[in-house]
Amino acid sequence: MNNVYIIGAGATPVGEHYSRSLQDLALEGLRSALADTQADISPRRIGALYVANAYGESLAGQGQLGAAIASAAGLEGIPALRVEAAGASGGVALRQAMLSVASGAFDLVAVVGVEKVTDKLEAAIEAAQMLATDSDFEAEQGITPAGQWALLMRRYMHEYGYEADAFAPFPVNAHANASHNKGALYRFAINADKYRKATHVASPLNMLDCSTLADGAAVLLLASEGLAREVGQRRVRLAGSALATDTLALHSRRDPLWLGAAQQSAGAALKQAGLKHADIHVLELSDPHGIAAALALEASGFVERGSAPRHAADGGISLAGATPLATGGGYKARGDVGGASGVYQAVELVRQLRGEAGQAQVQGARVGFAQCMGGVGVTVVSHLLMSE
Amino acid sequence: MDIAKQWRGRGPRYRLEGQRNTQTGEVRFPPRPVALDENAAEWETVALSGKGEIYSYTTLHQAPSGFDGLTPYPVALVRLAEGPLVTAQLTDCDENDVQIGTAVEMVTRHLKDTGEDGVLIYGYKFRPAVQ
Repeated sequence: MNNVYIIGAGATPVGEHYSRSLQDLALEGLRSALADTQADISPRRIGALYVANAYGESLAGQGQLGAAIASAAGLEGIPALRVEAAGASGGVALRQAMLSVASGAFDLVAVVGVEKVTDKLEAAIEAAQMLATDSDFEAEQGITPAGQWALLMRRYMHEYGYEADAFAPFPVNAHANASHNKGALYRFAINADKYRKATHVASPLNMLDCSTLADGAAVLLLASEGLAREVGQRRVRLAGSALATDTLALHSRRDPLWLGAAQQSAGAALKQAGLKHADIHVLELSDPHGIAAALALEASGFVERGSAPRHAADGGISLAGATPLATGGGYKARGDVGGASGVYQAVELVRQLRGEAGQAQVQGARVGFAQCMGGVGVTVVSHLLMSE
Repeated sequence: MDIAKQWRGRGPRYRLEGQRNTQTGEVRFPPRPVALDENAAEWETVALSGKGEIYSYTTLHQAPSGFDGLTPYPVALVRLAEGPLVTAQLTDCDENDVQIGTAVEMVTRHLKDTGEDGVLIYGYKFRPAVQ
């Protein structure tokens, strides 16, 4: 397999883009990524388009998003398709696009993560998110992914002896970082006291520990080594990529607190890249809630089981910590962009690995780890990005 | 509201019917398709006792369409006496009445709002066990 490079990365701000359509957002993302290459690359050189999207049918009322976006971009004729794996769509699309370049089939492909969700009201948004659960035996009982994370948080507190506010450092860290990110949904700080007083969404999860689904588009341009050399010097290589799946229903797992697919995909991606956990300088995880970040950190091998909240409280996830997390605000404060989130993660890592992250910069970051999840660890994709 | 789907699920939904492996005695719920490396002849349908205890629980204050008129409502992961874990709403209680480990039992209740088809959706919920 050939090396694959990210030569352009761009995104719209995450927000409530009431005046703009799904195609409008995707086009802004594409323009932004093309400009980011700092090279005069004709859009016509894009050989294929991979669209990452979870809620096209349910919230945007549009199918065939590959053709919809390719034609809006004036690229009709090229192979274009949509990838859906709930919240993991972005990571899966990035992986499939990477494989298509690594195989030699294409020199340049675009990964477009896009969601348009704010045309619908809360009950419809909750119902769309519930599609990530087992339709027959979870959704029929009215449980949402947020409710499932709440079930895991309560059990985790019981098993390891934590109070709910032990999870506050995760959203506090995410909001602190987002305050420096112009593209973040929530650009303000919160603190542990506000966390303690926030009302419940799904007990013990409160409003300040739950992400908000919002609109946005993030785009990556992936290139072969030859094209990457032609374009310039600020190259980021996709050094590892792995996808794993777990049971669709949370209740089917022997140990619900262990995200087996996160362990598998992280381990396989590290092995492919020939890297160890200690080599990683900056992380992006599916972190709509503190418990989600905690379980992902543990299953992926960054910290011991039962220790993630302590690790966060001790500064482990801050910019100067051992595992700097959510440097652009994460799902909680940058905003949860559904199937586009995995692409936003990679855009943030590219910013970090090029040293362009301003006040949220992790000093000397050369290796980044991005992991995104569909549902509660059902589909998990891990990527390793390296600056060269 | 998916009339055939509701009919198809009547065994597990109304009678808590799972599967039992006649060779190993393993019981699973909900029932699932026999996997590629399993022998279909070894699996029989079995109705579970409906007894169990709470593995974890939450109360939902933001709900999807079909459930949004019912908030707040409690949902639990219940460890059934036969071993499997199941996702189910709790009823006849609120979350202050239960904790992890509380004994519960299955009852049949109205699950969610009547949909476009006008079908009343019933199914299992769990309540604190009547001593």
